[in-house]
Parts: sequence; structure tokens; C-alpha cells
Amino acid sequence: MTETVVGGVPPAEPAALATPGAGPWVLARRRLARNRIALVALGVFLLIVLVCLAAPIYAHDIAHTDPFRSNLNGTTVVNGKTVPVMQQTTGGLGLGETPIGPTWDPAHYFLGADSQGRDVAARLLYGGRNSLMIGISAALITCILATVIAIVAGFFGGVTDGVLSRGLDVIWAFPVFLLAICLSTVLLTSGGFALGPVTIQAGSLVLPILIIGIVYIPYVARPIRGEVLSLRRRDFVEAAEGLGASDWRLLWSEILPNVTTTAIVFFPIMIALAMLTEAALSFLSIGVQPPAASWGTIINDGQGLLYTRPVVALAPGIAIVLTVLALNVFGDGVRDALDPRAKHRSRG
Amino acid sequence: MPRFVLFRFASMLFVLFSISVLVFLIFFATPGVDPAARIAGREADQQTLRQVRHDFGLDKPMPVQYVLMMKKLFITRDLTSYVNRGAKVWPQITEAIPVTLSLILGASVIWILFSVAMGLVAAVSRGTPVDAGVMVLGLIGISMPVFWLGEMVNLVSQSRFHDTFLFSWVPPLGYVPFTVSPVGWFKALLLPWITLSILYIGIYARVLRSSLIESQSQDYVRTAHAKGLTGSRVLLRHSLRTSMLAYVSLFGLDFGALVGGAALLTEVVFNLHGIGWLTYESLQNFDLPVIMATVMYAAFFVVAANAVVDLFYAGLDPRVRRA
Repeated sequence: MTETVVGGVPPAEPAALATPGAGPWVLARRRLARNRIALVALGVFLLIVLVCLAAPIYAHDIAHTDPFRSNLNGTTVVNGKTVPVMQQTTGGLGLGETPIGPTWDPAHYFLGADSQGRDVAARLLYGGRNSLMIGISAALITCILATVIAIVAGFFGGVTDGVLSRGLDVIWAFPVFLLAICLSTVLLTSGGFALGPVTIQAGSLVLPILIIGIVYIPYVARPIRGEVLSLRRRDFVEAAEGLGASDWRLLWSEILPNVTTTAIVFFPIMIALAMLTEAALSFLSIGVQPPAASWGTIINDGQGLLYTRPVVALAPGIAIVLTVLALNVFGDGVRDALDPRAKHRSRG
Repeated sequence: MPRFVLFRFASMLFVLFSISVLVFLIFFATPGVDPAARIAGREADQQTLRQVRHDFGLDKPMPVQYVLMMKKLFITRDLTSYVNRGAKVWPQITEAIPVTLSLILGASVIWILFSVAMGLVAAVSRGTPVDAGVMVLGLIGISMPVFWLGEMVNLVSQSRFHDTFLFSWVPPLGYVPFTVSPVGWFKALLLPWITLSILYIGIYARVLRSSLIESQSQDYVRTAHAKGLTGSRVLLRHSLRTSMLAYVSLFGLDFGALVGGAALLTEVVFNLHGIGWLTYESLQNFDLPVIMATVMYAAFFVVAANAVVDLFYAGLDPRVRRA
């Protein structure tokens, strides 16, 4: 009996032991390491993350500003002369004040000020922290929950699958973005979310993270569920089941290892999607709440200054495009590395 | 086939029903959200609140409120706004539909033309710098937030270069009905069309390229080559035809979502008062009846597009019908 159990180890493992060589993960890593473009994209992404993490250093030690407090009466130094941050407009409509434009001097309003007289460059870096934080956390939630739901639905089938799949269908039938907008609006209006012991403040980053993470679940769960359905009928799973492996063991060591690659392929793309969604929600002022910043909220701040100080809206947009582009290119590389057949197909 | 159609129709109704319940719960049952407080204003006293609750039927049990709202929305069609007292919701939607349809139709013509051209060029020149260049362009399109792109388009066309010959023709933001002035309609929508289509050009060019390349390793394409057909004929008459299957079904889903209001950001940035803009406005005012109506309208188009795509597949592939 003991021998049979030993023989019941998934077939992949004895095979890997018998032929000394690289496992699938090592092979994938090697393929990725050969993909120069993907590595450059990863480098760009990591650089952006590092620069944004350095936001406090920039704000405190280089620019000496507080990017979360308005500074309407402040002054700064341009070319050795002291000038007000908010400049009185006399020409044109002659009404109101225009914030100072880019000085290209890292110590004094490098990218100029926004309508509150706050340093745009410092806010850009702090905003990047929030945007990246939301993107990465939401993508993690999406991929992990989607994998769990898909495995449970695909493996147990029957009523469980019916309930979970219909639930996914219902979320799927919403335009994703519209659902996120509805949830954000309601939860901001109600002043946060309280369910039993769990309380989330309206201004908390957790709110957009949860909302974005949840609305994209069907997007990832549907393909994984399909894979689980076909894995369920594969010989190695039936063999393990025939040898008396428990449901838990089947799920954990037969099914899960075979769908993690799909979840990983989705991960960088989901970060990109989540960041774009966060930007859109914040642009509609239902994402990250002031005084906190994100790239979306800065674009929103820049809307009123679009024709006078376009850099306020331009800079965070470029940051989003660069980050999302890097993630998409890297995501393509990860897919090619983990699923060589897809590469074979797409490169002929 | 009739059984499949019937089954598909039933599941469509089920999904629509679930969505209506879900949306209703989101807006009326979330703890802390009190529609009456929104209607009565911040300073309202308890008596006013009670009066408002009674007037708007908000003191009735949830299921009754739900049924009443659905009845007013779909059967008697006299649902009225909470914010603009007495304004009916249905006319607002029917007025917004032509705007959204104009935006989507024009944008989809542009995105089909460009994505098919880019997909074909990339697939033909696979592995060359041309292929890489076209695909990078597509990726950039996918990576741009549409509202930001719209703002930059406005910056260039309305402000910075508005006085040059390039953009002097651009009218102020807003919609011009086709019936009022076809030329004005075209001018007002050209830049929104381009802005909206850029994301989809990127997606569709990539999808088409990979399915074209996949089809080129198929037996029937090899046979076509072996018969002595020219390369372009094989590409256009054999590869492209089958590759369009995935393309068309994707198009169906996106078109449904866009008609339903997924173009919200484009409509907001260009001040086009379509369905997406109406949804946005009603969310800003927390005008629950309008939100219910626009979201149900959106869900209807998404669900209908899903069903049409499924039926389309079932018509082409008998195996799907049995699934």
C-alpha cells in the first residue's frame, strides 16, 4: 500500500527526477532572460517604482515642499529671484491667478505648481506610489481570488459551479468600468464601508483596491475555469483520484500547479488594467480622495489648468502611459516564456 | 438549434434580472446610503426626511420598492428623476441614444479600417521591423488612458494649435445633431471618433495579427498555396476570412458595451451628452432613478451582444449548440 502511494506522486515529478535537467520554471526563466525587450520593459517598470518610492526624499530633501498642503501665498526662487507661486493674471480674461509653470529646477517647482500652489513634481511621485500600490494590490486580489473561484467551480462542478459561474456571468454582463463607478460612488457617498467588524474609511486606498480587484475577477476566472474543467478529465488527475487522493490533495497538488502559469501570465496585464481603471476613477473624482494624490487625481487637478498650465495634466499622463506600456510589453514576454506554444504560434 | 436559442434567451433574462437586483441593492441597500437624505438636502430635519421618505416611497419594504421601480421603469415608463423633480427618465435616455450611436458608429468604422490594415501589414511582414513597429504602435494605443488622450487632443485642437490651418475647423466641444447639419455633425465628432478608436485599433490589430499567423500554419492554407494561388489571394480569401471570426465576435461584445455607455470617459471629455455622460451626471447628482435606468440599459446591450455572439457561433459551429 505504501508503495502505491509513492507511485501516486504526480507523474511530472518522477519524470523530472529521472531525467536530470531543468524544470519548467527554470526553462521559463531562461526564455525570459533571453527576451531583451521584455527585460528592458521590466527595468523601466522597476525604475518607475523606485523613483516613486523615493518621493519623500525628493519632497523633503530636494524640493523642501509639502505636496499635500496648499501654498497659495508662498514664494519660490527662479533664476535667483524670489517670485510668488501663484502669479496674478492681468492679460486675457484677467481673472484669478495662474500657478507658476515648470522651472526645470529640481529644487524649486520642477514641473510648476497646481491650482493649490502645490509642487506638481512632488505630487507626481507621491501619486505614483498610490497608483502603483493600487494597481499591484488590485491585480494580486484579482489573480488570487479568480484562481480560487475558478478551481473550486471547475473542480467540484454541479451546484457549486452553477452558483459561482452565474455569479461571474452577472458581473461579466456589467460593463466592468460602470460597475466600478457605481460601487465607488455609493461607497464614497455612504462614507465608507462597514460590514461587521470590517470598517473601511471613505478616503482609504483599500476602497479602490477592493473595487478594482473584484470587478476584474471574471476576466481571469473564466479562462482558468475552462482549464480546470479539461484538467479534471486528464489521466494524471484521474489516476491520483483512483489512488485515493483527497479532494484537497487533488486541488492543491494536481490542479493548482497546472493553472498557476495562467494566473501569472495575467498578473502584469492586470496591473496595467487596474492602473488604467484607477486613473479613470480618480479622474472622475471617485477614486483616490484628496488630499492624497494619484496620477488620475493629478490629471483631474490639471483639467482646469489645461490651457494655461498643460504640464499638470501632461506629466501624470505620460507617467501612466510609460508604466502601462512597460507592463504590457513585459506581460507579452512573460506569456511567451511560460507558454512557448503561444510563442510558436505567434512567431510562426 | 431552437432549444439552444430558447436556453440562451432564458439565461439572458436571468442575468438581466440578477443585474437589476444587484444594482438596486448597491444603491438602495448599502448601509450608510440614505437616498432620502440626498433628496432632502444636508440641513433637513427629521420631519422633512420622513415626509420625503413617504413621498418617494422609500419607507416601503425593499422588495416592494424594487418591484415599484421596475414597474415604473419598464411597464409604465413614467419613472421620474429625484433631482429634477418631475423630469421623466425615459426621454432623457432616448435623447442621449443618437449621440452615443453617432460616436460609436464613426469610431468603429475608423477602428475596423485601421486595425485590419495594421493586422494584415504586421502579419505579412512578420519578424521584420515593420511588424515590430506596427505592434509597438498598437501597444502604445492600448496603454493610453482615453480621457487623458482626449484632453491632449483638446489641448492641441482647442487651444495650442487652434489658430493654425490644421485645427481652425474644429468647432467648440459638444454635439451637433446630424439632422441639423451633417457637416457640423462630422466636424464635431471627428476628433472624438479618432480618440475613442485608438485603444480599439491597438487591441484589434494585435488580435487579428495573431489569428492570421495562427491560420497560416493550418492545412487548408497550405493546400491553397499548393494549388498555386497567389500569396495575397491566400491571405485575403483564406486566412483573413477565418481570422475574422474571432475578430467579429470580439467586435460584437465591445460594440454592445460601448452602446451601453462604456464610452463614458470620451463623452465626458468631449462634452457629448450621450448615455455615458448621462450616467456620469446622474452619479454626480446621485439621481438614483436615472442611474437605475442607464445601468439597466447598459446591461441590456452587453447581455444582448453576448447572446448574439453566442448564437452567431452556434449557427456556424454545431458543436457549440450541444454544450
